[in-house]
Amino acid sequence: MASERLSFSLYGNPGEKITLYLSGRLSVEDLDRMLSFIEELFREKRPAEIIVDLKDVTYMDSAGALFLLELEHRAAQESVNVNLLNMSFKEKGILDLIDRKSLREEPKLMGKRGPNLVEQIGYSAMDFLKDIKNVISFTGIIIIKIFSSIFHLHTIRWVDVITCMKKTGVDGLPIVGLISFLLGLIMAFMSSLQLKQFGANMFVPSLVSIAMIKELGPIMTAIIVAGRSGSAFAAEIGTMKVNEEVDALIIMGFDPVKFLAIPKVFAAMIVVPFLTIFSDLFAIFGGLVVGVLGLDLTVHTYIQQTMKSMKIFDIVTSLIKAVVFAVLIAGIGCQRGFEVKNSAEEVGRATTSAVVSSLFIIIVVDSMFAIVLSYLK
Amino acid sequence: MKEREAVIIVEGLTVRFGDDIILDNVNLEVYRGEIFVILGGSGCGKSTLLKHIIGLYEPEKGRIIINGVDMTNADDNMLRNVRKDMGMLFQSSALLGSMTVYENIALPLKEYTDLSDRSIRLMVRMKLAMVGLSGFENYFPSELSGGMKKRAGIARAMALDPTILFFDEPSAGLDPITAAELDLLIKNINNGIGTTMVIVTHELESIFNIAHRVIMLDRGEKGIIAEGDPMKLRRESSDLRVRNFFNRHIAEHLLEGA
Repeated sequence: MASERLSFSLYGNPGEKITLYLSGRLSVEDLDRMLSFIEELFREKRPAEIIVDLKDVTYMDSAGALFLLELEHRAAQESVNVNLLNMSFKEKGILDLIDRKSLREEPKLMGKRGPNLVEQIGYSAMDFLKDIKNVISFTGIIIIKIFSSIFHLHTIRWVDVITCMKKTGVDGLPIVGLISFLLGLIMAFMSSLQLKQFGANMFVPSLVSIAMIKELGPIMTAIIVAGRSGSAFAAEIGTMKVNEEVDALIIMGFDPVKFLAIPKVFAAMIVVPFLTIFSDLFAIFGGLVVGVLGLDLTVHTYIQQTMKSMKIFDIVTSLIKAVVFAVLIAGIGCQRGFEVKNSAEEVGRATTSAVVSSLFIIIVVDSMFAIVLSYLK
Repeated sequence: MKEREAVIIVEGLTVRFGDDIILDNVNLEVYRGEIFVILGGSGCGKSTLLKHIIGLYEPEKGRIIINGVDMTNADDNMLRNVRKDMGMLFQSSALLGSMTVYENIALPLKEYTDLSDRSIRLMVRMKLAMVGLSGFENYFPSELSGGMKKRAGIARAMALDPTILFFDEPSAGLDPITAAELDLLIKNINNGIGTTMVIVTHELESIFNIAHRVIMLDRGEKGIIAEGDPMKLRRESSDLRVRNFFNRHIAEHLLEGA
């Protein structure tokens, strides 16, 4: 395509009338050249009048038109006349498309001035506090709505609850199972390396089961659910916000929190305790594999030892913990989704923030549980 | 018609989604410099046809030739060259939300040319001036109204002075005045630069306003049922479906049911 490149030829003496012959293609590839040519022309020739002859121009695109307008503009600054000769109909058409005045218009929003360091610290502190307030008030709303829904069970959208239970629970089971199994395996193996020296192999089963049931089971499950489902809730509701689907729900008279968040929270509340139980079982099974293959324990002994170390109190509190984690994860996921306003970028941010805040709050709440439970005993 | 140069040729295009055949053996040609409108009722495959022409979807059968390049078996390099020569305004404008208007329009310029920043800035300003959006370079798409987004979308589509511009329902969701302004803009660009325009729409007013030639698709027929000048089709078409469409008549069997 670029067969005949643009060439400039100048006729006339400096300070007098200058004729500029253009030939070839006036196209975007040569815009840099054209613009620097204008500077050169005025610096070296100081023309009194400019005549531009377009007779041999084979092609002109909008960049070519831009060049002619820039030339006119520059000439006007030096109060020099510019005459365009031999312009074809098509070239004139392109030139007429561009409004000369608006080409010089200043941007309405001047460059984005960022806040300085002190302001940034202030803003992020304020954001953080606002965020805490939002999470607390949203959790409050969720809890109120959960109770009101429990008393009016028919108002819950059970179809949504069930699909969500499948997505969060059934679909999440393989990864929860795998990770817990490996965790149990590793725990048993690492502890046996130490305990073997004292001939204390018999304590491996209780070590695995106590650690899993009291702490690691609920925590691991919560982390996986936060990563798999909390993020999914945020992304789903966030995208619905972008598509104005949430607005549509409000206009139709639905309460979006009740319509979208409550089924998810309910589903998580039902499913996460089950996942926790599965997590415990898989970890115990992982420990059992090490116990039987590596420590010369029989399956019977291993299970007996495990059963001995289990306490109803621990199991019940671990399940209560799981329910609380479920409410927090699903609640925060939904809350982050509702915070999205109107762009794809915000959906991404909401998803990340849903996972990060869930993890943070899980750890905080877990330590609160640890303290309270130690006094309760 | 024969002496006119065809820039887009569609030959025997068949489109199928699952078991449903949407378009069956569609043939058409678009000539250089014309405003070509694809129209038809909802669900007749207008947008699908457009997305096949621009190469977003792969056809089940048939060939699509743009500027002499067969899009169905072109290599990446050739595709890139053809794509450089066409622009598209999407229905939702499809401006990248994380970038300002300026960055959106500068994107193709930076990718396909090695112009200096100063030249790019001037080019972007000129494109914005062309679409009547001067001064809005630092706005984010979410801060613009629907009509302004479309204008910015056109500016981005035109960044490299393509010879073909595609529009998917340009006036959808716009008020009549903004829609008419957009029609005028499309006409002016076509007049001024001679860009070939392929437009999918069902806005009757804008069809009569801007179209040089239309084709009408029909869901039942799975293909083209009429072709030609819209004014003429409205008056003279022998096909009732075509006349009904142009005159906004509801098919009679539907009226009887009401």
